[in-house]
Amino acid sequence: MLKTLLRSLREYKKPALLTPLLVSGEVVLEIIIPLFMANIIDYGIDKGDMNYILKVGALLVLAAVASLILGALAGSTAAKASAGFAKNLRQDMFYNVQSLSFSNIDKLSTASIITRITTDTANVQMAFQMLIRTAVRAPLMLICAMTASFNISAKLALIFLGVAPVLATVLVLIIRKVHPLMERVFKTYDDLNRDVSENLRGIRVVKTFVREDYETGKFKRISQKIYDYFSRANKLVALNAPTMQACMYASMLLVSWFGARLIVASGGNPDVGMSTGQLTSLFAYASQILVSLMVLSMVLVMVIISRASAERIVELLNEKSDLQNGENPVKEVKDGSIRFENVNFSYAKGAEKLCLENVSLFIRSGETVGIIGGTGSAKSTLVQLIPRLYDVTSGRVLVGGVDVRDYDLEALREQVAMVLQKNVLFSGTIKENLRWGNPDATDEELEEACRLAAADSFIKSFPDGYDTFVEQGGANLSGGQRQRLCIARALLKKPKIIILDDSTSAVDTKTDAQIRKALKEHISETTKIIIAQRIASVMDADKIIVMDDGRVSAVGTHDELLQASAIYREVYESQTRGGLANE
Amino acid sequence: MNEKKAPNMHGHGMKRGRVKKQTVKRLLTYLKIYKFKFPLVLLSILVSSVVGVVASLFLQTLIDDYIAPLLLMAVPDFSNLLRIVLIMAGVYLCGVVATWIYNRTMMVIAEGVMKRIRDDMFAHMQTLPIKYFDTHNFGDVMSYFTNDTDTLRQMLAQAIPQVFSSLLTIVAVFSAMLYLSVWLTLFVAAFALIASRVIKRIAGNSGRHFVKQQKALADLNGFVEEMINGQKVIKVFCHEEQVKRDFDRHNEALRDNTEKANRYVNILPPIMNNLGFVLYVLIAIVGGFMAVNGMGNVGLSGAGVVTIGTIVSFLQLSRSLIGPLNQVSQQANHIVLALAGAERIFELLDEPSETDEGYVTLVNAKYDENGNIVETAERTGMWAWKHPHRDGTLTYTKLTGDVRMVDVDFCYTEGKPVLQDITLYAEPGQKVAFVGATGAGKTTITNLINRFYDIADGKIRYDGININKIKKSDLRRSLGVVLQDVNLFTGTVMDNIRYGRLDATDEECIQAAKLANADGFIRMLPQGYDTVISGSGNGLSQGQRQLISIARAAVADPPVMILDEATSSIDTRTEAIVQKGMDRLMEGRTVFVIAHRLSTVKNADVIMVLDHGRIIERGSHEKLIAEKGRYYQLYTGAFELE
Repeated sequence: MLKTLLRSLREYKKPALLTPLLVSGEVVLEIIIPLFMANIIDYGIDKGDMNYILKVGALLVLAAVASLILGALAGSTAAKASAGFAKNLRQDMFYNVQSLSFSNIDKLSTASIITRITTDTANVQMAFQMLIRTAVRAPLMLICAMTASFNISAKLALIFLGVAPVLATVLVLIIRKVHPLMERVFKTYDDLNRDVSENLRGIRVVKTFVREDYETGKFKRISQKIYDYFSRANKLVALNAPTMQACMYASMLLVSWFGARLIVASGGNPDVGMSTGQLTSLFAYASQILVSLMVLSMVLVMVIISRASAERIVELLNEKSDLQNGENPVKEVKDGSIRFENVNFSYAKGAEKLCLENVSLFIRSGETVGIIGGTGSAKSTLVQLIPRLYDVTSGRVLVGGVDVRDYDLEALREQVAMVLQKNVLFSGTIKENLRWGNPDATDEELEEACRLAAADSFIKSFPDGYDTFVEQGGANLSGGQRQRLCIARALLKKPKIIILDDSTSAVDTKTDAQIRKALKEHISETTKIIIAQRIASVMDADKIIVMDDGRVSAVGTHDELLQASAIYREVYESQTRGGLANE
Repeated sequence: MNEKKAPNMHGHGMKRGRVKKQTVKRLLTYLKIYKFKFPLVLLSILVSSVVGVVASLFLQTLIDDYIAPLLLMAVPDFSNLLRIVLIMAGVYLCGVVATWIYNRTMMVIAEGVMKRIRDDMFAHMQTLPIKYFDTHNFGDVMSYFTNDTDTLRQMLAQAIPQVFSSLLTIVAVFSAMLYLSVWLTLFVAAFALIASRVIKRIAGNSGRHFVKQQKALADLNGFVEEMINGQKVIKVFCHEEQVKRDFDRHNEALRDNTEKANRYVNILPPIMNNLGFVLYVLIAIVGGFMAVNGMGNVGLSGAGVVTIGTIVSFLQLSRSLIGPLNQVSQQANHIVLALAGAERIFELLDEPSETDEGYVTLVNAKYDENGNIVETAERTGMWAWKHPHRDGTLTYTKLTGDVRMVDVDFCYTEGKPVLQDITLYAEPGQKVAFVGATGAGKTTITNLINRFYDIADGKIRYDGININKIKKSDLRRSLGVVLQDVNLFTGTVMDNIRYGRLDATDEECIQAAKLANADGFIRMLPQGYDTVISGSGNGLSQGQRQLISIARAAVADPPVMILDEATSSIDTRTEAIVQKGMDRLMEGRTVFVIAHRLSTVKNADVIMVLDHGRIIERGSHEKLIAEKGRYYQLYTGAFELE
């Protein structure tokens, strides 16, 4: 896992490696400085030697300045490395998503992809920064302080060797017990936030059914759960600081007692035993050792928390598209003919029930084909196989006489334009959205496509016309207007096949007829596939396919189907009861 | 945790402005129930800090008063030393216990306060009028619950105790310093001031970049969300390369700001540390100079000369100074942010609730021997309005679903009338349909019957009673509303259906699902009725969600139903089946249907055509077609319905 992650370091390797080096330098200086401090007392102040004080003082200041510079540089490189690492991670994930197929995306779910690129990366970034700085500093400090202590007096240093492990053990125990509790707290927090968000969105439902008290009760129960988990965790977490302090004070006392005895035994002679100045240093080292241990425990916690995030990131990085181009992919689509040969399909591999069962069809190039069927009859699924948005489970789909799997994906999709059921427009002007179909389209071509899609008139009615800004998701346009823009966008591709998946459901019958007429007249060579709920939309198609529960129930013209298909008849009658004639 | 990290700051709280005294006062009221615990915490912090300062002074005392004399003894007697070590052990123990007490208690207080604030916020939110929700950004309200409560908790649990502890330590250290030597104290104070300025500058810089970073983060999050949600469209149009380039721009902006913000944050500790060392040296030099030249010294302990012991003590004390100074400066920023968040939370709590002056309630009723309506506790299928009058009498009016609007005017905002002169009547058991273009006022009418909004002018009567007189909750219980935007809640399918009537049995829920033609697909789900669905609806198609929402309304068994474009995502064949079920359900009930699909309104008893807030045509389908008016045009597609 680490290897995959570290691959994203790339150009930030240098600052990432530099940081620990700088930090090490900083630590070494920080160890030396207490020695100077001790000497100032022993040889300077005690002896009243002003010169010595000034000399060593100057050295100390120099060391402090050097330490400051190193520390500042380390802070700088750490920031650079971690921010850059995060950027590359995000980039690698996002780019990979661009190469994934629909089924990959369905598997991972869009919400979790978003979380991985945002929240999880932030967690890993924080952990990384801690690792290259603090996780280098603390152990190094620990070792140096221990070494320096041993240097002064091995006997006293043993005290640290005794106390430190005690502190470490207690801290690790606390972490191990607290961690699962905290995970539960975070999960409950997520549930709480989810409930609040559902409540906010559905407040009308809440008020309509007069469920305010019920919702408040529900909320209070979760709120109480969080409180309870937190309290349990807290009982343990509260032991951290006092334990640290206890160890610190205990070491100080032990050092005081044994140190005093040593000093007295040697008569205060540093060369034989220990001096008071050295005792001062030992106190300083004691605090450095114990603080380092505390810091290490925090790093440990950070790493544990971010581990889950790291795993999720790696999962996304390793995901490979399950739709690959074959060898020697065909780059040219001959015509708009479509053939389905015994196609079976299900979204989940190995699912019991097939989504599409035994579908065989032939559509000639230039034909207008309508598809009708109930909710969940797999109409959309059927057409998504044509531009190879998903691969068949068994059987073949051929476009222009060639199996879609043998085409170069991009070339295939250039020629098969699809208007999806969920109409997504992006933030930008209308023109920019339209140019998704063809980046090189001239303004005349844009207007032509919009005229065909019956969109030109309403666009021109806006004050900014084609330069009108589309708010995120197209919120400032009506459903019908969005649909027509999406149709125009698809038309700009000048494809061999155009698929409209329920693209006129929000458009009134008259405009719908207008669009279909324009399509018939102006792009007669293009194969047109129209999925609709209104019989009126498909009535005059060259042929109509009736889908039922994943199977093709009947194929024929409107008149043929009125005779032959009970389903078709039922739909037709339900829409024309009471004299609805499409005239 | 997503929503926490994609902040909708809008510059709120990032203003380093004045903090209202009101906010602090209100926070204190939440602390009132902890009137023993909170002072205990403050006391414990005091003890802990004092012990900390004593510990830093101990070394010098040890050297001067215990080791030095021992060095002079021929046969050292360690009993004094032993005694002081034991005393110190006792002192330290108190310090440790105090630390434990305040750590534990402070968390309890912080969590407790946050829980009460959370609960209050949510409960109050439930009482707010629909107008609040229509006029406030969803993201902003969510961030009160997430970002703002988080920063508040951080402040209570960490920032406040740390700042308090640091302040106490600083006071203790300065007191000790003053005790020893006023001159040296002044020197240290001057240095401390300069140091604080430096810290503040750097913290200020980092604050600025932090704001920019949050904005860059929000931008990137928004972009990623939009692109990933529209990933299928990107693929269909082979737009990947362009999207990557746009992504790179946002990504780089975030990286740049993150680096700058973190850089300042990272630089602070080394600077702090080393400033401490510099101070150390300066004290040594100044102190040494004073000692060597026998300069006079004044301290709270008396006047005299600067001794070595004094200097060494000062050196020790100074080491305890820089840390707390750092803490105070850094935490001060957090506290300001947290209080800004608290202010927003209190604004929410101060929002006026939905007012309700109604006094007519809905009760179960039955006929007694004389044919009069009388209230009963048992569940009958009959309902009545219980109307207490000013003169003390009580009348019961049977609930039949007779709704009348007379000359109703309404506007959401002043000067923009949405409904004008609306007069309509629906007799019990009638199906009334509203058609009209978007914005014509159809949904508004249902908002008024429901009293989500109140009318400006005119009368609305329900079974002859002015709806203003009816208690809102009772009014709403008598109405079933199915909206076009389906909102389900995370839970099992059964739970979602049961939401319509909490005491419905499983059989009743399944009956309702059968009526809505939802039973079929529910049984095909992995766990059938016990399948957990999410509020955002992954895994179910829009049509299926709408069917569940209809089942939910069916289970509520209301006398009047309002269906607001409730079947727009369902194909016409399924819709026809659902209609059949609904027709059975609607027998004897009044139904208002709002639709833009004419197939839905065709078999209504009365159709009202709305245009710009006025009813311009009314009649049955046949009659209106014959009139060849607006309805006719809508029907034959001369005008768009949207």
